[in-house]
Amino acid sequence: MKIIVCVKRVLDPQVKARVKADGSGVDLANAKMTMNPFDENALEEALRLREAGTAEEIVVVSIGAGKTEETLRHGLAMGADRAINVVTEEALEPLAIAKVLKSIVEQEAPGLVLAGKQAIDDDSNQTAQMLSALLGWSQSTFISELKIDGDTATTTREVDAGLETITVKMPAVISVDLRLNEPRYVKLPDVMKAKRKPMDKIELDSLGLDTANRMTTLQVEEPEGRAAGVIVESVSELVEKLRNEAKVI
Amino acid sequence: MSNLVIVEHDNNEVALATLNAVTAAQQIGGDIDLLVAGENCGAVAEAAANIAGVSTVKVADDAKFGHHLAENLAGLIVEVAGAYSHVLVSATTFGKNVMPRAAALLDKAQISEIVEVKSPDTFVRPIYAGNALATVQSSDSIKMITVRTIKFEAAAAEGGSASVETISGGADTGLSSWVSQAVSNTDQVDLTSAKIVVSGGRGMQNGDNFAMLHSVADKLGAAVGASRAAVDSGFVPNDFQVGQTGKVIAPDLYIAVGISGAIQHLAGMKESKVIVAINNDSEAPIFQVADYGLVADLFEAVPELDAAL
Repeated sequence: MKIIVCVKRVLDPQVKARVKADGSGVDLANAKMTMNPFDENALEEALRLREAGTAEEIVVVSIGAGKTEETLRHGLAMGADRAINVVTEEALEPLAIAKVLKSIVEQEAPGLVLAGKQAIDDDSNQTAQMLSALLGWSQSTFISELKIDGDTATTTREVDAGLETITVKMPAVISVDLRLNEPRYVKLPDVMKAKRKPMDKIELDSLGLDTANRMTTLQVEEPEGRAAGVIVESVSELVEKLRNEAKVI
Repeated sequence: MSNLVIVEHDNNEVALATLNAVTAAQQIGGDIDLLVAGENCGAVAEAAANIAGVSTVKVADDAKFGHHLAENLAGLIVEVAGAYSHVLVSATTFGKNVMPRAAALLDKAQISEIVEVKSPDTFVRPIYAGNALATVQSSDSIKMITVRTIKFEAAAAEGGSASVETISGGADTGLSSWVSQAVSNTDQVDLTSAKIVVSGGRGMQNGDNFAMLHSVADKLGAAVGASRAAVDSGFVPNDFQVGQTGKVIAPDLYIAVGISGAIQHLAGMKESKVIVAINNDSEAPIFQVADYGLVADLFEAVPELDAAL
């Protein structure tokens, strides 16, 4: 089985986003960027499936220009066999991303698509579900456990009430949560090896898709900050303040 | 304008989060209809008809909707959505699972986790773990929206008198099957709607120590939550998690115990009215958002707090 893993280049999760002074967006100039953490979990799971003999080939796909290639090289260093970079300068919305991925899936015919449940930049949590819909495939989202048995995958989903187990027919699109696994660290020899692995570049325009954005961002602003609080010296002072000042207990 | 709100439920009761989505629909304006899809969900339809401000409750009662599997439910939403300008659902794992699927089938974008309605086509939504707020204008003919519940008051559950209309539709795609559900947090107080939440982090050291927090929570009528670090370490199950990728809550009082305050955790609780931090590290970022900070060993402070209540 071939597995496609969808990955996105995002601001490093340890870095606090800074809003541009003109309100046009978040300042990413010179910011530290990484592979979206959830996508690393998706790739790690694919690698484990290959190691277990369930999968033979892993293809990482990302959409973007410039340093998107760096993120794909990281995926290759983790162990993916090859990469596909759909090149565009446009910031596509999830629906358009799903259309692009559908076209790649139709070319590659994988048995499974794995993706992170959400990208930590725009926090949309849409792409996997949309891709699944456009393909007419089954979906399972926010999973923390995956078992594949022939043409069925058993997945445990992290839902608000606890854990839900569902089975899905393959091929499927599955979005993963952080507790699915612990992504491996990349070693230097893997980085060197990754440089020689194949990376296909596909111009977005060559796919002939309607990827027009449906939304216009009018403004991006910082949320109101919280006023500075006080340090209390003891539990009894804390309780007194919660009772008589804040009046919340 | 006309709004369709997808009702989240367990075939017995309407989930509280649905009431917040109804309020978002009220702010958009125009008629509000509800869609209840489930199995033997007559009680839900009845309760939904009592929600204030609702015109019609459309009920699809069929085994194929019993477990809200996304493939079957999305197909039904697509058939019903055409008559509406806005389709809304709560931004819970229920809404996040099904709504993008329905949106893509309709070739519409989804506007995720709105926190404010500026006008019928313009909404505010948090990005970057809530460190930025984007105001976005949609050009789609149907706006597909998930609603971040904490920023909208719950609509009145009583006082409405909507008509109930039985509908059929959607296919049983057979693409997925429900197996089981494990409910781990059986606390009396629901974390997402609790007025007071007591949360523990890595500093709790193990799951047994959460008993201290449960004891404080019981006295306050509070729910217990946790940081991702505590969940990842196996101290408590996933449904306790508060944060960017867990539950986003805004209680009147949030007590963070042994939680350092990573960006991702703050995203889930910084809208709380009053925040208390108890941590032995005075440099912990949680103190930057706390109204009341106590630099102390939690293993001394929490029992003392318990005794003082």
